[in-house]
Amino acid sequence: MLNRLTDSLDFQAQALNLRAERQRIIAGNIANVDTPGFVARDMDFASALREATGTAAGSSMMAGASTTNPGHIPLSAGSAAELGLKYSAASQTNLDSNTVDMDRERASFVDNSVKYEATLRFINTHVRTMLDAMKPANQG
Amino acid sequence: MSLFKIFDIAGSAVSSQSQRLNVVASNLANVDTVAGPDGKSYKARQVTFETVLMNTPDGVPGAGVKVSKISEDQAPGRRVHDPASPSADADGYVTYSNVNAVDEMVNMISASRSYQNNIEVMNTAKTLLMKTLQMGQG
Repeated sequence: MLNRLTDSLDFQAQALNLRAERQRIIAGNIANVDTPGFVARDMDFASALREATGTAAGSSMMAGASTTNPGHIPLSAGSAAELGLKYSAASQTNLDSNTVDMDRERASFVDNSVKYEATLRFINTHVRTMLDAMKPANQG
Repeated sequence: MSLFKIFDIAGSAVSSQSQRLNVVASNLANVDTVAGPDGKSYKARQVTFETVLMNTPDGVPGAGVKVSKISEDQAPGRRVHDPASPSADADGYVTYSNVNAVDEMVNMISASRSYQNNIEVMNTAKTLLMKTLQMGQG
């Protein structure tokens, strides 16, 4: 019975984890804005969340990434492929072949912070809804 | 929790940028340094950054940054004809350091902006963590 109350929180918890993960990746990009040869990375959030929560679309994607040849290297859990990490191309050519675009990174960073807070708010509201539902009627 | 790692990543960047700022300060301070008796003048120094991978429990490394080397600019020093100077050589030339003040000012602004950016990243991570701590309370 109790797990039914918290099951729907799992999805938001996964989303929150991935948001924190993405925040860390963007922080790494911003930290390496002056590193020669650094290639910026970012997460395909939608597919990463699908995979983390194991919905139907996620399982078919895992099937697509399976090993079909004995020479293939299996994708291990926690690998970059699982998070859907991708490399970004340089928006402007650069003498030191660094592909961090500071404008894009800052925008992604703020976007991700706001969405992290939104997910937190979803969780808080959900918890409050559950607590309200458990209150006796006379305490309305 | 990956948000904690942000402090390591942004912290490594802040410390690297402050080292870069330190080198810029040395260069700017020595912009008018004259060559000593050995004829060697101050050489401008430049830092080079390198990505350092920070291991995380979930296996996806975070990308920190460190100063991999500090190299000296081997360009010849600025030579000024000033026979009256006590540092002048046999031909009456004084050799100054090879620091380019304009380059250094640009370098300084770039380092200062990167420093500010990383501080901002840490502030945001702190705000998010504080809000995460209050999860379920409000």
